[in-house]
Amino acid sequence: MKVARGELWVGRTLLLVLMAFTILPFLSIFLTALHPSGTVPGGFEWPADPQWINFVTAWNQAEMPKLLASSLFIVFAVVPASLVISTMAGFAIGLLKIPGSRILLYLFVFGLTLPFSGIIIPIYFLERTLGIYNTRLAIVLPLIALYMPFAVFWMRAHFVNMPAEISEAARVDGATTWDLFWQIHVPLARPPVTSLGILMAIWTWNQFLLCLVLVEDPTQRTMAGALGAFQGHYANNVPLLCAGTILILVPTLIVFILFQRQIISALLQGAIKG
Amino acid sequence: MMPTPIQSKGKSTVTSDNRHPAAETSRRIVRPRKIRREDVVGWLFVLPALLMYVVFVIVPFLSTIRYSFFKWNGVSPAIWVGLKNYVNIFQVPNLIGTVINAFWLVVWFSVVPVGLGLVVASVIHRVATGRLGTIAQTVLFLPQVIPLVAAGIIWGWLLALPGLINQILKALGLGALTRAWLGDFGTALPAVGVVGIWVLLGFCIVLLLTGMTKVDPALYESARIDGAGWFREFAAITIPLLKYEIGVCLTVTVVAALAAFDIIWVTTAGGPGSSTSVPGVQIYILGFTQRAVGPASALAVMLMALVVLVIIPIQWLSRESAK
Repeated sequence: MKVARGELWVGRTLLLVLMAFTILPFLSIFLTALHPSGTVPGGFEWPADPQWINFVTAWNQAEMPKLLASSLFIVFAVVPASLVISTMAGFAIGLLKIPGSRILLYLFVFGLTLPFSGIIIPIYFLERTLGIYNTRLAIVLPLIALYMPFAVFWMRAHFVNMPAEISEAARVDGATTWDLFWQIHVPLARPPVTSLGILMAIWTWNQFLLCLVLVEDPTQRTMAGALGAFQGHYANNVPLLCAGTILILVPTLIVFILFQRQIISALLQGAIKG
Repeated sequence: MMPTPIQSKGKSTVTSDNRHPAAETSRRIVRPRKIRREDVVGWLFVLPALLMYVVFVIVPFLSTIRYSFFKWNGVSPAIWVGLKNYVNIFQVPNLIGTVINAFWLVVWFSVVPVGLGLVVASVIHRVATGRLGTIAQTVLFLPQVIPLVAAGIIWGWLLALPGLINQILKALGLGALTRAWLGDFGTALPAVGVVGIWVLLGFCIVLLLTGMTKVDPALYESARIDGAGWFREFAAITIPLLKYEIGVCLTVTVVAALAAFDIIWVTTAGGPGSSTSVPGVQIYILGFTQRAVGPASALAVMLMALVVLVIIPIQWLSRESAK
């Protein structure tokens, strides 16, 4: 495509400005994290004597190994369970078209834009009654449930477009519904299931409100929830707070850089379908 | 497709579901429909998801509505107060103020990122294909994957008195403008808004760019052959053909604005005063620090209704015109 030279430079400059706008905040907290603990440095200064030790201190103070273990536990409890039950439900609603599937679909779609804060109070009382308050289950169970509208809707969209011939052929061969699901349709559903898994893993890792309300002990929370607690302790020690924030961001950044293509396309598709 | 039920003599219509087939079939000689084994199995497939959803979403949703009619501290017996909690929302400035703030946030989180995103994406689309474009997509997407709490902490520091924003202002000779942006009644809400822009702008740009690449390039080619400049192209091709993507961006960002919690809790906790308080934050404060479950629930019902009321027209407009 032919574009005037001037326009080309306007466009490129605009891009670079935007990239700087995105990156500078990260650089700022990185530089701040290298200043002596307890001082109040400027927002963008190379320290005279870089204090790499701050990262070690923050690692120990935030009990990073416990946090990582806790976050991973929660992600591995939430994501596979959500994937299995939402794929099954999407299969029944979208492909088997069981009686009542329209009503079921509407019921799930109803929850698509429901803000978590709208139902957090009853969830708190429910969990007190169930005796799971302040355990990791307190985050795991509601999260699985809160993902259901999106997840079922997403998987239904996949199954509704599967040609009927595939199922019919399997039926003729005498496959039960269970076989049909696990042997034929689950392998075919790999791409949407993978994207959905990526999305739910990111959302779980970043979940804050549920952690804040339902779990008091930061080491039982997700990364984002623990970061909230860390901020409470170190609000006045900016270099240490910045070091802690960076440590908590590192796993996300590594995963994002490794899987950027999949993550970006999953998030975009997620928005478009939802 | 579902097999159409064989209609019996007396009845002219048979709905396909929700008719207690067991009770009906037993009374009839000509069976309109058996309970098929597959249907039972199918329902078993839905059951786990449905059960989780009902217990942890639908029941709490109904409970929120129920609590909103009571005065309750979570411990002692609840007292029925009718609509008083709702009337309160409109009478107490701090409460109705949260709803007004939420709409201001829509301007910052939604109108600005989508508007700016459209302009930027269309400029990029014309010039930046290839390497720079790919790198830019990744970089601009970054704020979308980090926890909002982290975004809040980062910006809390950038906007502080010794922070980067004030340093830049000083370097530009605008030292008179420096202030603690998040602590000033006049600037706290726009400052929080900037955090929202930082988080959402990249997402909008990338989503809109993806939409633009789907538009038939021949359209742009012929526009350029006719000598159309950036603006003509933007107004005549990009906007009309991207209505669906614009709708998606608006939906995502409006929900993010109305239901905002993390960013605000971490940067200002609603302050100073209640100048950045939004429904999500106020629900938390009322419900969990003041133990006023009734008013908190009424505000929660308002918030959920508000989201639906704003989203439906957006969805309707963008889907309608997409077809």
